[in-house]
Amino acid sequence: MSALITVENLTLKFKTDEGLITAVDDVSFSLDKGEVIGLVGESGSGKSVTAKALMHLNAKNAVYTPESKITLHSDDGPVDVLSLTTPRQLNVVRGGAISMIFQEPMASFAPVISIGKQMVEQLQLHSNMTKAEAKAHSINMLDRVGISDPAKRIDQYAFELSGGMRQRAMIAMALSTKPKLLIADEPTTALDVTIQAQVIDLMKDLVEEFHMGILFITHDLGVVAQTADKVNVMYLGRMIEEGPVRDVIRNAKHPYTQGLLNALPKLNDLDSPLEPVPGDIPSPLERPSGCVFHTRCSQIVGPQCSSRQPRDVNVDPTHRVACHIYSEAAE
Amino acid sequence: MSDILIKANGLSVGFQIGNSIFKRQVLKAVDNVTLEIEKGSFFGLVGESGSGKTTLGRALLKAVPITGGGAHYSDGEVAYDLEDISKENLKDYRKRAQLIFQDPYAALSPRMTVRDIIAEPLEVMGLTKTRVETDERVREIAAKCRLNLEHLRRFPHAFSGGQRQRISIARALVSAPKFVVADESVAALDVSIQADVLNLLKAIQADMGLTFMFISHDLSVVAHTCDHVAVMYLGRLVETAPTRQLFASPKHPYTKALFSAIPSLDPDDRGIAQKLEGEIPSPTNQPSGCKFHTRCPNAIDVCKTIEPQLETADRGHQVSCHRWKELLDLVPA
Repeated sequence: MSALITVENLTLKFKTDEGLITAVDDVSFSLDKGEVIGLVGESGSGKSVTAKALMHLNAKNAVYTPESKITLHSDDGPVDVLSLTTPRQLNVVRGGAISMIFQEPMASFAPVISIGKQMVEQLQLHSNMTKAEAKAHSINMLDRVGISDPAKRIDQYAFELSGGMRQRAMIAMALSTKPKLLIADEPTTALDVTIQAQVIDLMKDLVEEFHMGILFITHDLGVVAQTADKVNVMYLGRMIEEGPVRDVIRNAKHPYTQGLLNALPKLNDLDSPLEPVPGDIPSPLERPSGCVFHTRCSQIVGPQCSSRQPRDVNVDPTHRVACHIYSEAAE
Repeated sequence: MSDILIKANGLSVGFQIGNSIFKRQVLKAVDNVTLEIEKGSFFGLVGESGSGKTTLGRALLKAVPITGGGAHYSDGEVAYDLEDISKENLKDYRKRAQLIFQDPYAALSPRMTVRDIIAEPLEVMGLTKTRVETDERVREIAAKCRLNLEHLRRFPHAFSGGQRQRISIARALVSAPKFVVADESVAALDVSIQADVLNLLKAIQADMGLTFMFISHDLSVVAHTCDHVAVMYLGRLVETAPTRQLFASPKHPYTKALFSAIPSLDPDDRGIAQKLEGEIPSPTNQPSGCKFHTRCPNAIDVCKTIEPQLETADRGHQVSCHRWKELLDLVPA
């Protein structure tokens, strides 16, 4: 399989009144065509910021280090995303090659413009369809995501649709430009479980049909297990574990991933007590030295945990972890 | 059989919508709910958004007007009928029944110190006479919620989500209530923190002898914390049972669908889930007969016309479905 987008040494800081805040710290990964990667982590771990960097969509106060490199492998050759500056160049990436769906669909649709108008507008921007063609295509897409009576729905406003319906419309809109990569930022978090199951099913069908890559951001490991091929776990801006979904969920290596899995209430075992990961995620202003997780880790191996950043270690060819437990064994 | 703390009897809550006399409609958020909450139990209430769980919780706190039926509270010291409670009694009831909110970011005033936030209920209710006494109560409850003294001097913005939720819990418990409604209290937290807050709630409940009503849409959280669970759909109670029993053998098709919709942690378990079509209907335009028949995979003609009543299926296990007995033998397709 060929890579669709590669991220190398991405380090991203935000300039704030309180100083430089590190949001993403030396993250590298690549996503192949037709692959679904689940990006997991707590709030503040840098998952959304990483995703937005792929579209060069972070706020003006974001500072990328010179080593950071994001390459999109489009049909017309590789595109260096972070070097794009003009809106015209950026449009090739934003909404063109990459689309994004957000957590709260109510906040992502303009409330005073009909759904149809918004869908047609972005299609005209990214393709050379006429208005009538764009509208026909939009109705077709709404139908494709399971919205009943799409010809009527297209003239409605976001507030007239229910939560699940809005998220479907959002997906239809994101996919209508036929992106190569879809970034889904917590797309099911605001939905009820029954609707979540419907949306997950829909997304799986669409991956098969359109053969695009998906970067699925979520904090719910259950959702990841059901959707992703690969999992990347982030903590405080570092990618601490990466591997195929079965390996990471059944055989988690990093103490943090293990902690996340243990903290999850399990339905088939009601007797064992819940085990929280002790402590809180530290403030980004007080970034721990050494391994960023050492302040909450229960498996500290020695002083190196608080002094030296662990290297990435391959526990097997596809499963990578950054923890001193494994770097000791490798040396 | 232990004592019953709260008993709802055909409890209904309706809201009037539309102001023209011709268009006036009543939205029944909670419709004829009968349930009993045992003293010292952790009672779970689950359902999709729009099922009326929050409204039921608030009705039991007398925070929304009760429009039909009633609810009875009795803790051994006092007994109140909540539907026609007097003003003085309501004041007393407020000390005995408290609410923990969902969003710890919105529930705490950013301009008050943590100490003032926790002390406010004591001062408003006149539970303490001197500042020294107030401080003592605040420190005591803060210690129980694992907040240290240095935290009390700070403002909420300095705290993380988990810590904020512990502050909200301290504030709700400082008046030493008997009954606490926790409305989606862990929904806004990360999983690693969520487990911590749940453990804290359990520990405090055992310590202070509280009765909790725990409202959540997350079934796995409810399974781990609650003793007894009630499932709501469109304002009606569809099933209620002791937790283990409910999870071992759910009887109502809606409960079964809810369970199977939970994403499994096993990556090879994909696609086995029993999917529920459609969405919860609007409460202003409710279906006839069984409210669930529009989405039910097992609906037959009688479901469309006659509304089922709660029937006892087992000890403490009640279900409201015409076909639950037949469905027992039916192997899920």
